Amino acid sequence: MKSSKSIFRIIIGLYLTLFFAYMFLPLIFMTIIAFNANDIPQITPWKGFTLMWFGELAKDEQMWSALWNSFLVAFSVVAISVPIGLGGALLLTRLQFKARNFVYGVLVSPILTPGIILGISTFLFWDSYMDIPGGLWTAILGQSTFISSYCMLLIMSRAQRFDLTQEEAAFDLGATHGQVFWKITLPFLRPALISSMALAFMQSFDNYNTTLFAIGVEQTLPIYIGTKLRSFISPAMNALAVVFILLTVLGAIIYEYRRRREMIKAA
Amino acid sequence: MRDFWNTALKDLGKIGVAYILITVGVWVVFMILIPQLIMFDYSLRPMLPLRELGGPKDVWTLKNYMVFFTNRLHMAIFFKTIWSSLIVTVTALTICYPIAFYLAKVARGAKIGLLMLGLIIPYWINELLRLFAWQIILADMGILNQFLIFLGIIADPINFRMGNGAVILGMTYAYILFMVFPIYNVMESLDRNQLDAARDLGASWLRIHYKIVMPHAKPGIAVGCTMTFMLAAGTVAAPQLLGSPSSFWFTQVINTNFECANWNLGAAYATVLMLLCVVFMFMMLKLFKVGLKELTQ
Repeated sequence: MKSSKSIFRIIIGLYLTLFFAYMFLPLIFMTIIAFNANDIPQITPWKGFTLMWFGELAKDEQMWSALWNSFLVAFSVVAISVPIGLGGALLLTRLQFKARNFVYGVLVSPILTPGIILGISTFLFWDSYMDIPGGLWTAILGQSTFISSYCMLLIMSRAQRFDLTQEEAAFDLGATHGQVFWKITLPFLRPALISSMALAFMQSFDNYNTTLFAIGVEQTLPIYIGTKLRSFISPAMNALAVVFILLTVLGAIIYEYRRRREMIKAA
Repeated sequence: MRDFWNTALKDLGKIGVAYILITVGVWVVFMILIPQLIMFDYSLRPMLPLRELGGPKDVWTLKNYMVFFTNRLHMAIFFKTIWSSLIVTVTALTICYPIAFYLAKVARGAKIGLLMLGLIIPYWINELLRLFAWQIILADMGILNQFLIFLGIIADPINFRMGNGAVILGMTYAYILFMVFPIYNVMESLDRNQLDAARDLGASWLRIHYKIVMPHAKPGIAVGCTMTFMLAAGTVAAPQLLGSPSSFWFTQVINTNFECANWNLGAAYATVLMLLCVVFMFMMLKLFKVGLKELTQ
């Protein structure tokens, strides 16, 4: 019995090791290559350690303008998606109506729709019916269509745990709707609102499929990366990947730290 | 209906109700419904020069769809997209189920945090960059070829990007984590006591999974499969970065239609892709016997 358990342990350990090797090795290769003085993005032949690819990346003006657009788009998406998500979450958690399940289905449908469909439909609508050609604005709207659903789900999961008697008590004591919202509901939802802002920002910043069809001739960072990777591949892209990976690792650690602190608080 | 408005106004106030109506109204009407309907409308109209728009020729027709159904090459590409996405989905499910179970029910303490971090980091890294990593690995002079030559298994580099394998490999890598989190979420709510009880009563390991864990995890599996399939079938990036120039994928055909300024045909092809994903989702709901509501929890 005991030996079969330890064999089981070994198998699990091996499986996890293989899985995480599969997840991380490609990223590690990509990182090492960013420091190889070779023009071709490969590990071999190793031509010495260099930081020149980071310098090359920093000199690329296209990259900077794409990065600027990405920030612009991401902040706009946050500004649109979080209020919409809040509206949807309040609708579904606070109001009782017969068509609730149907409305729920409609509001989450953008998540289950392929990104390119959202991009194409947003582009066609604004270009031909509103006379606004594809650009940052259509990219913002296309992305917000599905990012709002993510924000709604996040806010809903917290709103469902809300203790309504708190509001009732406030009303009994003569509070107005505005006071109840700002003093009770909003503070309760704050953690969910903050995480939905972060999620919306990241989703927007990373988005390729929807943006590609909606954005016309403008470029966000992923569109820039896509164009570069399809034409001439330079290790400067590896340098960019390293920056992305570092920021992601940092973000993930902060996220995990916050989550744990909250869990300790809750316990 | 009247009761509904009365309670709504009593609970949330005029401003609250107005806020909900405006935000959700704009979202549903101008961002979800109308764009979809317009894409569908486009797909039903022939491509016409500007001066003939709204003229006698501008009527609804199934011509664009007929173009698709009579084009053998495009049909073949469509089916290739379906079976490749199925392969990606099944592979992701097979690989992720044990990981999700381990994370939710076996691992304890600090280990969970570390493993979570290990999943979140690659999950958050841009899709294009994850595919780029495989572009590097699978290149003619890439790591995999170098490694195989070093081992003496092959003499000359293999062109991995010739067939469809590279795209499928890339898609699996890029979208596999969309399978882990939904399954993990539902498994976490499974009561450990149920597993212990079954084990004490002598149920085998296989039987515990088949009779207890899997039925409990069904909604998560259905979400994971739907998301993974949708992402794989709808990706533009994977074929762009890893596909061979001689073998197109369905999203690339859609893209080409738009690049050739035939928006109507492009819209028809996009509608076909949309329908495929909707059909797949309903098949998952039926297969796992879960409701749409459970699907997105």
